[in-house]
Parts: sequence; structure tokens; C-alpha cells
Amino acid sequence: MSDTTLPLFEVFVRAKRGLSHVHVGSIHAPDATMAVRNARDLYTRRQEGVSIWVVAASDIVASSPDEKDSFFDPAGDKIYRHPTFYTVPEGLEYL
Amino acid sequence: MYGNDFVDPNDPGAGPLNAADGGAVEAAAAHVDRRSEIDLSDFDAIIAADQRVEPRDVMPEEYRQTLIRQIAQHAHSEIIGMQPEGNWITRAPSLRRKAILIAKVQDEAGHGLYLYSAAETLGIDRAELLDRLHNGKQKYSSIFNYPTLTWADIGAIGWLVDGAAIMNQVPLCRCSYGPYARAMIRTCKEESFHQRQGFELLWDLVRGTEAQKAMAQDAVNRWWWPALAMFGPRDTGEHATGGHTAQSMAWGIKRFSNDDLRQRFVDMTVPQAERIGITIPDPKLAWNAERGHYDFGDIDWDEFWRVLKGDGACNAQRMARRVTSHEQGAWVRDAAAAYAAKQAARQQAAAGEGSAA
Repeated sequence: MSDTTLPLFEVFVRAKRGLSHVHVGSIHAPDATMAVRNARDLYTRRQEGVSIWVVAASDIVASSPDEKDSFFDPAGDKIYRHPTFYTVPEGLEYL
Repeated sequence: MYGNDFVDPNDPGAGPLNAADGGAVEAAAAHVDRRSEIDLSDFDAIIAADQRVEPRDVMPEEYRQTLIRQIAQHAHSEIIGMQPEGNWITRAPSLRRKAILIAKVQDEAGHGLYLYSAAETLGIDRAELLDRLHNGKQKYSSIFNYPTLTWADIGAIGWLVDGAAIMNQVPLCRCSYGPYARAMIRTCKEESFHQRQGFELLWDLVRGTEAQKAMAQDAVNRWWWPALAMFGPRDTGEHATGGHTAQSMAWGIKRFSNDDLRQRFVDMTVPQAERIGITIPDPKLAWNAERGHYDFGDIDWDEFWRVLKGDGACNAQRMARRVTSHEQGAWVRDAAAAYAAKQAARQQAAAGEGSAA
């Protein structure tokens, strides 16, 4: 009996045209082609999607939750990137 | 909602038929992520702020193990649950009923796969989970060890067993573990069809011949008590100590006690039974105006534990069937893996030629 687990793929589905693909879960499959077919049967049985991406889970590189502070800190002190940072005269429109 | 095309506009269940229709699933799906405001290295802070724990967050080992056990047993239940209903696919009384039943059994497989995926995010391998099911180290819901003796059982399972499952699963859409909560949202959206098709099936039977009506009543007589037992052992009042309820609630895995969910299920189901003329097989069942709930009789917990520990009508049959189909499906997995390896080798060879040219 062969019981090695097949490779894991993460599945992303575009619900309709105009929306981006969103992660919906994962699936095991021998290769990417089968992963797309299996993902169709598992995640879009009720017309939940018009397009599917699969990505080998082992190919995903992610930031680490442990580094959350140091990693995202550089954005923290740049409040001038937000429009609310700026003072303008009252009564103006479209600004 | 799914399946509405099949439903008579005079359906007695017009309005929210079950807990999944009441907006709770949508509310859970609309959960607002405030994780950026929290120190994610502090598990207790995430739980206290009612935020989702995600796979790579720090979490206590007991939390991880509790979730692996619960999600795996939930997944096993979905997969084993395909058997009692699959039993009637070849004998469904019409093409319409056959198509519905096939779709439902396929959904159960899907629910199992959503759940195995969620369990795997906790760092356990799929093959290991199946091993634990096959060697009996992990259980599945004892309800699936009861036999499906007549066609009406398919209706009773959809109405009562799936109805109880929805009652259990809707609060799990707000479970503290993100991947489990998300799997439950998908599942609950699909369960509504399961419960409605079962109710409609029974409703058809009670409007049929005397024999058909008797068959529907007999199925409900056999499934009512096991469905109530599905919510698990008593865990309120004098029964509140022991068991996992308190810890699971503190961790935000469980949101309501077993007894609370069971009561809600009874309150919701009794009027549905009355509407189609099915008698609930409980002489103690009565509306208690003071409590604002139905009182109901005692569950046979000896039977519950006996069936859970292996002494139900179908325990051996269900497990043998599961192991056999896993073994007999090995050639499919082997063939797919061999094909993938061959394709990969060809691609590699083609890439090699390309670089040589």
C-alpha cells in the first residue's frame, strides 16, 4: 500500500471577473494539472469561481509572524504617506 | 440559498429553516480582523480580543493537540458519513432523488477535505490522519454506526442528523482557529441544502400512502435519539465538571455548551415535525412556558458510550469499508503519481535540450 502523502497545493479562486483571486484552502494532488481539476471539484461545486490558481505550498515564501514588529515597523513612522497628515484651508472641494 | 429550485413555495419551512439560514454564518464570515493591534506572540491576548489564531502563530501545545483531535474527528465523521447515505444511491426512487443524493454524498467528501486541510495547517500529515482513523486511534461521530434500513432514513438523516450538525457547526464558524472557522463557513453554507432535501423527502412520504407515512415515522423514531446524542455528553449544571467543554470555551474553540445546543435543536425541530405530522418519539416532550423551551426525556447515555466504543450495529462494517476503499484506491494514487513523475522527467529533459542548443 503506498501511503506517501501527495504534494500539497494552495488554492486561489476568482469568484467573478473584476475580483482578484482569493485563497480558499488547499488540496493534495500528484501535480499542478491534477490540482486544478481536483480544486474545481472541491472548491467550485456551486459556481463559486470563474478561475482557479494553484501554487505548490512548498513554493510559497511568507513573512514570519515572529518578525511582525521589526518587519513592518518601517511603515509605522511615515504618517506623511496618508492624506490626513496635511493641513489645507477649510472650504475647499476636491482636495 | 442552494437547492431552492427544488422547494415548493408553500414549503412549511419558509423563513429560516435552520441555524445556518439565520444570518449567523454571514456574521461570522464578516469577522473584523484586528490582529494588527495585538502582540501576536501573546496567545492569550489574541484569544481575549476574540481574534483568529492563524497557523504560524505561537499557540500552547494543548491548544494545538485539542484542535488536531477535534478537526480530525470532524473530518473522519464527514468521510464515514458518506457510507450510510451512499448505501441508498443505487436504490433512490427517482432520477431526481438519485442526483440529489449523489450531490449530497459528494458534499460530505468535500467537507471532509476542507477539514483535513484545516487540520494539516497545524502540522500533521494527511496520511497520518487517515492512519489514525484506520487504526482506531481517532474516532468519528457515533451517529454513523447506525444502519440506514429504509429510504426514509435518508430523509431523517438530512433533517435530523444534518440539522443537528448545522446547530453544532454554526458556532464553529466563530472558532478561534482561523482555518477551522473558514472551513466551517464553507460547510455550513452547503449544509442548508442537505437539511432541506431531507425534510422535503420526509414531507413527500407523509403525503403519500399509509405505508410511506409509516416508513417516515419509523425512520424518525430510530434517528431522533441518536441525533440528540450527537451534541455530546451533558455538560451543564451538575455535569459541568470533567469533559472538555470548559477548556474549549476558554480557548474560543467552542462557543456554547452541548446542552445549550441540544435544547436549541429540540426547540427548532419540534414545530417542524408538528407541521408535517410526524410524531417525535418522546412521551416527555412538552412545551415549558416558564422556561420558554421544550422539556424532553432522558437520553440513553449507556447506548451512546457503547456505540462510540465500538459496539454499534455498523462500527465494524463502516471501518472495514473505509479501509478497503482506501486500499483499493491505492492504484489510482500510484498511477497519478507515476504520471506526474513521467511528466516532470519529460519537462526536465526538454529543458536540458533547450539549454544545450
